[in-house]
Amino acid sequence: MSNSPQLARPTAAETAAVAAPAPSSGAPGDGPRTPVRGHPHRDRAGRAFSTAATVAGSTILVTLAAVAVFLVLRAWPALSASPEELTEGIQWFPEGTTLLGFVGPMLFGTVLASVIALAVAVPVSTGIALFISHYAPRRMANALGYLIDLLAAIPSVVYGLWGVAWLAPRLQPAWAWLSETLGFIPLFEGPAANPPRVILTVGIVLAVMILPIITAVAREVFLQTPRLHEEAALALGATRWEMIRMAVLPFGQSGLISASMLGLGRALGETMAVLMILSPGLTYSLALLQAGQHQTIAANIANQFPEANPLGVSTLIATGLALFVITLAVNMAARWVVARRKDFSGAN
Amino acid sequence: MAQRIDIKDLNVYYGSFLAVEGVTMAIEPRSVTALIGPSGCGKSTFLRTLNRMHEVIPGARVEGSLTMDGVDLYGSDVDPVAVRRQVGMVFQRPNPFPTMSIAENVLAGIRLNNRRISKSDARDVVEQSLVGANLWNEVKDRLDRPGSSLSGGQQQRLCIARAIAVKPQVLLMDEPASALDPISTLAIEDLIAELKDDYTIVIVTHNMQQAARVSDRTAFFNIGGTGQPGRLIEMDDTRTMFSTPTEKSTEDYISGRFG
Repeated sequence: MSNSPQLARPTAAETAAVAAPAPSSGAPGDGPRTPVRGHPHRDRAGRAFSTAATVAGSTILVTLAAVAVFLVLRAWPALSASPEELTEGIQWFPEGTTLLGFVGPMLFGTVLASVIALAVAVPVSTGIALFISHYAPRRMANALGYLIDLLAAIPSVVYGLWGVAWLAPRLQPAWAWLSETLGFIPLFEGPAANPPRVILTVGIVLAVMILPIITAVAREVFLQTPRLHEEAALALGATRWEMIRMAVLPFGQSGLISASMLGLGRALGETMAVLMILSPGLTYSLALLQAGQHQTIAANIANQFPEANPLGVSTLIATGLALFVITLAVNMAARWVVARRKDFSGAN
Repeated sequence: MAQRIDIKDLNVYYGSFLAVEGVTMAIEPRSVTALIGPSGCGKSTFLRTLNRMHEVIPGARVEGSLTMDGVDLYGSDVDPVAVRRQVGMVFQRPNPFPTMSIAENVLAGIRLNNRRISKSDARDVVEQSLVGANLWNEVKDRLDRPGSSLSGGQQQRLCIARAIAVKPQVLLMDEPASALDPISTLAIEDLIAELKDDYTIVIVTHNMQQAARVSDRTAFFNIGGTGQPGRLIEMDDTRTMFSTPTEKSTEDYISGRFG
């Protein structure tokens, strides 16, 4: 153990008290700042850097606003058109529906596929991340971490090909079995489609695609668990698993939520793999094993865009706007969840 | 509750590196034993062998014998997890679980042993342990607040409450007050004096006044030089150690000539 005398870490309240009167001063504990004037060159460099940082920071806001404005402006013709105009003007627009009635099922399909992907990927990623961070011998952990990162480098079109040509045929018997044994649950209502170009297959492929990002972030978060907290648990007589439950998972909880949201973001916007696997349909169906029930927004845009007329493009952009809104909402919800537990997070 | 610990010819290794060599000592029940010595002399390492916490570092192992009331703590059928439930530990920096409330922190060890504990029992344990750690009056109105909302000294007493909630035989303290201000340090020292009625306490400290104030017996550790193993130089009643130590190096250390 370090034998040098250590200063007590200021509690949150103390930090706040220090920070309140002079929010722009340096880190608490630096001691009083001597009022020595800096060298003029250094002052200029400091100003330049702070300007550069501010500009870089603002860029993100400007970009976000620009995207939102673009989406609304270009979607406007479709948003303001009547259902009849849409039906007449666009060859593939379903008859007798409003724009909302068109977007709704795709939004549902998008969220459904992503939720399946998260439900599969989060537990698996957490397991892999915990194995790498707390169970595996060091060399094995490094190799495994490297392999996981490699998974992230595979292009999504390759995942799509793999899903269609290799995974789907192998999943078909499993899906058939599911529909036979658990068919009484609406989710698994048969008959299971063959070939299984269904939303559950898509969900599995998406899960594999988002696995690396969730695992990588979760691993980093778990590795940052303060050793003090781990030792506190062990010293109370916790087994390794109990220590993980007492110290590692609570500490990593908010990081795990962020990791999941990153994964969800990718799953929501994923285009190629869905386009190649899913047999599309526009219903609010919970039947995960039936084909021709679901479609996602991104896949639909990719599918229809090349041959769309101006009103069609505007309609597709309107669906893109819906995707943008839902992604924003998901991220804000995640932040709200994380913030709600802030008092109890490891941050203070 | 309190038990005697006998250590004989204990060597501690990290891999092939011999960190502590040939420690033989007896730790009396219901007393406070202080371990003092310069940085890197192996006193913390030795302390951690008493509850097998050194084993969290891969490659750490011991030779020799270490028995608590006749039971070999390193016997082949002894689970280190079971040892740690008997031998509690308080660390240098307060480390309450930040995601748990004050009450949950106290109950953390109990929940490991016994998941189902009635609400009234849990309340009793929380109160008893916090009273035992001299913290009850300060926190009784905010037991559901996070443990990290307390001051450093209160957090350390919370950690002591958490350690004594499982009623261990022995309580190890690794520089428990080194990160605290003088008032909080005093509170911890008073608490140690009360706790020794019920527990065997072993405390590592850099503060020789503290060792003189709180302990009944004092053990002085030293190293010959960098890369050399730490050794127990001598151990005696605290009063003797601080007035008429046998070894020259003990006297030098205590009088502040090095360390």
